Amino acid sequence: MNSNTNIKTNTLRPRLRATGLVLPLLAFIAITFIAPLAMMLVHSVYDPTVANALPETLNLLREWDGKSAPDEAVYATAARELLKARQDRSLGRVATRVNRVHPGLRSVFTRSARNLQNVREGPYREVMIGLNSAWGDIQTWYAIRSAGDRFTSRHYLNALDLQPLPDGSIARQPPERRIYLALLWRTFIVSLSITAICLLLGYPIAHLIAHSPPRIANLLLILVLVPFWTSLLVRTTSWIVLLQTQGVINDLLVTIGLIGDDGRLAMIYNMTGTLVAMTHVLLPFMILPLYSIMRAIPPTQMSAAASLGANSFQAFWRVYWPQTLPGVGAGSLLVFILAIGYYITPALVGGSTGQLISNMIAYHMQTSLNWSLAGALGGILLVCVIALYLLYDRIVGIDRMRLG
Amino acid sequence: MNTKQRKTLCTALITALAMLTLGCDISEDRPLTVVSWGGSYARACVEGYHEAFTAETGIKINLEDYNGGLAQIRAQVRAGNVHWDVVDLRFPTWAQGCDEGLLEHVEIDSLPPGADGTPAEEDFLFGTSTDCGVATLFYSTIYAYNKKNIPGEKPTTMADFFDIEKFPGRRGMRRSPQENLEFALIADGVPINKVYATLNTPEGVNRAFRKLDTIKDHIVWWEAGAQPPQMLADGEVIMTTAYNGRIFNAQVLENQPFVIVWDGQILDLSGLAIVAGTQNLEAAKKFLNFASTAKAMASVGSRIAYSPTRLSAEALISKHAEKDIDMKPHMPNNPQNSKRALRNAWEWWSVHIDEMNERFSTWLAQ
Repeated sequence: MNSNTNIKTNTLRPRLRATGLVLPLLAFIAITFIAPLAMMLVHSVYDPTVANALPETLNLLREWDGKSAPDEAVYATAARELLKARQDRSLGRVATRVNRVHPGLRSVFTRSARNLQNVREGPYREVMIGLNSAWGDIQTWYAIRSAGDRFTSRHYLNALDLQPLPDGSIARQPPERRIYLALLWRTFIVSLSITAICLLLGYPIAHLIAHSPPRIANLLLILVLVPFWTSLLVRTTSWIVLLQTQGVINDLLVTIGLIGDDGRLAMIYNMTGTLVAMTHVLLPFMILPLYSIMRAIPPTQMSAAASLGANSFQAFWRVYWPQTLPGVGAGSLLVFILAIGYYITPALVGGSTGQLISNMIAYHMQTSLNWSLAGALGGILLVCVIALYLLYDRIVGIDRMRLG
Repeated sequence: MNTKQRKTLCTALITALAMLTLGCDISEDRPLTVVSWGGSYARACVEGYHEAFTAETGIKINLEDYNGGLAQIRAQVRAGNVHWDVVDLRFPTWAQGCDEGLLEHVEIDSLPPGADGTPAEEDFLFGTSTDCGVATLFYSTIYAYNKKNIPGEKPTTMADFFDIEKFPGRRGMRRSPQENLEFALIADGVPINKVYATLNTPEGVNRAFRKLDTIKDHIVWWEAGAQPPQMLADGEVIMTTAYNGRIFNAQVLENQPFVIVWDGQILDLSGLAIVAGTQNLEAAKKFLNFASTAKAMASVGSRIAYSPTRLSAEALISKHAEKDIDMKPHMPNNPQNSKRALRNAWEWWSVHIDEMNERFSTWLAQ
């Protein structure tokens, strides 16, 4: 009994100490990865801006029948709360939020609030409709009520090119506003193509490096690694220098007479640019896992296969290829997942046709400041990646993946 | 821990704290951050009045570049961390920012009188002031071409810009719905005085996008005002929309064979505004006053072809500051140039800009 506790405490101490050593890492992951991820997901469904700014108006609107313009009490409360929002400078955000439900309402809010400063007495219904006829439109009040929900699925619907209608049903966006599904699809196709090109290009190179004499292998490995260590921005901009209309490759083609001066190829600021530059950037992520797997395969196996009567293709296909599958899986998954969220390269060389879903997320983060929609798009991307991972696990088995 | 160690530790901590507070002090006494459009325009402003302002008041200026829009200002005001003090804004953005409470209010009668002593409210041209300050200059978004790259017949109308058959080749356009929707309608045959009435209907907006569709594959998008002259010089595009002053500077200072087509261009206003909640309010107000003197405006106007918004400043403009060139024929509001100009209806834009931006970015990615 006594000795048993002794053993327990004896093993507990080092364990605690080991945990203590890992704690900084856990804290780091929690702060830099889990917390932002959670915040992004919260942002995509939770937005209290309007609910906080217009609480009483929303309370009154809950009892509104929704068939005709609301009564004077609603107008008077709304006028008071709009003025208050203007004073504490939250009006801009409130107006932006409502504007997303019903485009055009932003200026109705900001202008009306400015003019309401000079209004001393009601009836507010007449005053507000006089300031802007939109206040007499029941759609405006629907929009306020809808934007007042703290929790909403609107952003996820928008991210899938859908919209909730006032009566609670869901409809597709009008054609000129449909974009995200097409972009998501484009992102998948591009990522798949890049993965396939990386595999086609990377497999022979990895094989060459793995089965060359050490000195040559080291040299080749350095050739792979030097671009890998070079700044992403430098590599991307050097592609601009090479591929642009007045760039090195076009100049060369014109000089040797393959194309005329007016027939210069458009190889950048379009999908070609995105494909070329991203393949180059991601290639090392394919080569390195393949290389480490191939290095472990004894070259004598191929000779053995040959001596048993297999031709070189049979020897490759039945002996060599199956053994490299864990590397192929690891490299492909790595390249695909990196490609699906890639942002800087398409932004620089993609023009307008080479943009991916990540560029739209960046647009909503930085320009339109629609963080909720950005969060919803990010959430959908996250679900896609997890689904792919699970699919991979089901088909290939994640324990078979080896990075080296 | 012995006493000595403890002492050392205490000293170190106190020093660190002192340095931290000192750091705060330094940041409070920071220079005035002025955000402008970069390139030759920013250079004209620096030589025109920034240097004189610093010499007179001792307030240093930290100049930053941006490409327009309210996004950064919104983000700063929203986060309560305003590090831009004064921003050079186009009028539609200005009106919108003012309505949203993103900009400080500036009364026109607080601004300096004209060069001849006329009070500010009479000296400024009609329609150049808002609650958040006054515009300091007129500029135009025109389109221009490089004579070297168009050998035969030259383009003369806005319709020519959209005519791929007649003038094959790539076009540069600003990555924004502003100006481009108007250009598309003018090229599609809408009379200049009906452009905004047409844009005010959903069919009109669709019509503008359909017209843009016809050249979409041939457009190279630019964002910074310094890009279009560069693209024309490189031959990356055969014609491009641009701010008229940038093309003027390339013509005059770099002897580029560029030609401005004064047809269907947008005549616009731009000026300085103070970001709401800035820590540098007093210095920012001084700067705004300084920039809106007739002398400062005329000084900018004799370095780049943007004309002042006050009568007494217009009178001060004659020759270019360095070259022997009369500035008047190059000004966007010169009657010779503005015959077929469209005055930007900033009221329309300040209401519709978000909707149009969203539609435009969707259209771009489709």
